[in-house]
Amino acid sequence: MKTLLFTAVLAIIALSSCNKGETLSGAGATFPAPFYNVVFKDFSNASGIRVSYGGIGSGGGIRSLQDKTVDFGATDVFLSEKEQAEMGAEVLHIPTAIGGIVLSYNLPGVEGLRLTNELISDIYRGVITNWNEPKLQEINPGISLPDRKITPVFRSDGSGTTAVFTEYLTKVNSDWANNIGEGKSINFPAGIAAKGNPGVAGIIVGTEGAIGYIGSEFALALNMATAMLQNSSGNFVAANVESISLSANIDIPADTRVVITNSSDPNAYPISTFTWILVYREQAYNNRSEVRAQNLKGLLQHVISPAGQEIAAKTFYAPLPAVAVERTRALINSMTFEGKTVN
Amino acid sequence: MKDKIFKTILLLASCLIILLTAGIVYGLVSKSIGAFSEFGFFGFINSSEWDAQKDLYGALPFITGTVLTSTLALIFCIPFSLSVALFNGEYFRNKKISTIVSAVVDLLAGIPSIVYGLWGFYTLRPIMINMGVNDQGFGVLLASIILAIMIIPYASSLSAEFIGMVPNDLKEAAYSLGATQLEVVTAVNLPVARSGIFASYVLAFGRALGETMAVTMLIGNTINIPAGLSDTGNTMASIIANQFGESSGLKLSSLMAIGLLLFLITAIINFVAKYIMKMMNK
Repeated sequence: MKTLLFTAVLAIIALSSCNKGETLSGAGATFPAPFYNVVFKDFSNASGIRVSYGGIGSGGGIRSLQDKTVDFGATDVFLSEKEQAEMGAEVLHIPTAIGGIVLSYNLPGVEGLRLTNELISDIYRGVITNWNEPKLQEINPGISLPDRKITPVFRSDGSGTTAVFTEYLTKVNSDWANNIGEGKSINFPAGIAAKGNPGVAGIIVGTEGAIGYIGSEFALALNMATAMLQNSSGNFVAANVESISLSANIDIPADTRVVITNSSDPNAYPISTFTWILVYREQAYNNRSEVRAQNLKGLLQHVISPAGQEIAAKTFYAPLPAVAVERTRALINSMTFEGKTVN
Repeated sequence: MKDKIFKTILLLASCLIILLTAGIVYGLVSKSIGAFSEFGFFGFINSSEWDAQKDLYGALPFITGTVLTSTLALIFCIPFSLSVALFNGEYFRNKKISTIVSAVVDLLAGIPSIVYGLWGFYTLRPIMINMGVNDQGFGVLLASIILAIMIIPYASSLSAEFIGMVPNDLKEAAYSLGATQLEVVTAVNLPVARSGIFASYVLAFGRALGETMAVTMLIGNTINIPAGLSDTGNTMASIIANQFGESSGLKLSSLMAIGLLLFLITAIINFVAKYIMKMMNK
């Protein structure tokens, strides 16, 4: 009995001390998690530095960074001035990839459905309730839409996906702006709700007549039917890696805190967002070593490198356009340790 | 000496449990004070507004959803669980068939909640749609039916035990007077075992109140007071499961407050049930 206990204690000590190698940890949005899991592993294989990422939601990630329990946070919605002030020190927003938000639907036999922002707003406000509504049919002259009730599906949990989706509708549709507004969790007047992209996707796949907004990486990976949306130039654009990447083809400010929905590029998909990693500019806090800061910088450089961006495309996120990569590189190079640039 | 050590260990373990419970209550109360002081206790439980944009939170839709689904589940489960209990506790007591039936019913209790959710999502929901309950199948009715199946074992196995405990003298007296088996069941077994049966249904109701995963998958998660059985809704447990991840400040405090309310409701129900059982046994 005693020897058994002794071996157990030894085993626990051995297990908990075997990961003595260098590590980095981060937490935040679930949206980029599939990309981060792959690209961080790629980085670990090359450098030997273990990186762990917890997809706990951007709110939790920001809180963890603020509590200094992680090396970086991650979010799909950039910090407001007020939130930045609450962080205690200057925080850098490092864009890592672009994601779109697509409207996926379940109508057997219907392909290439077209939607305008007005139609999306009407469907989610419960104004249009049937697929054979003349307004819908008018935009889709080549398709015969069935007489079936529309079931809009939305997120039951607070989500950056909801925030970007409603930000877009608030910006382009006055009915939406006046009645619903924008935010991470919204009380939609019509439809049903489910948790996370998988929950929403599950309901769409299982319910004829359903339509829901989900992250493009999820819909594209599963090959779900997605609607073509009308962008700011009036073109109907299908959601794919290229059209989503084009939405960042705009003037990007030096701090990269910019909304890229309703992009002015004529071929861009209209509902897209950067996804950011958040780090403190001054890396010397909480007794962190300079090596740790260097490792973090190495990780960020790897994520925006051509190899890292290729992984983004492989995991169905849109890679950053050249201008954005340039801005991001400058931001990463502005990281300091005790006032001196991290090398 | 060994006796003393053993006693101390038992004492410590028991105290630890009390401390843990106290710690949970303290954590819930201290975190939910923010919401209660902002909206007032009755304001919070009476308001049906849950709006993150305006930072206004009220628990009424969730309390209604929880009470409605659990009560319906209890009603749906009674015919089945009572039949199973009589089958195992009286008609086929100590027979081989009853061991099989009770083993299968106990198996129902061991199925993880998420599996019930999956079954409801992929098997029962299409049936609901075909029956024309509503367009997508989700809602109070679907959630209640699954809940009812989940709580049948809790209600039936305990009831069976109490029905089986009815003294043979009483039953034999009834038989000697010429009563049929049905008459014995209705006139002797059920009245004698009623407080035990009542206790088992209270236990089952308590299970239904706190059930989270399966209900979240099936109720539709819309924040409204359900207008009927085919309407979608939300429960106290599922709003917490859905929204704790991205919440902070007043919203987090409101979720904690709902957690505290759920805790209180379950505690009150257990207390009331124990009290009634005590009165019945007098």
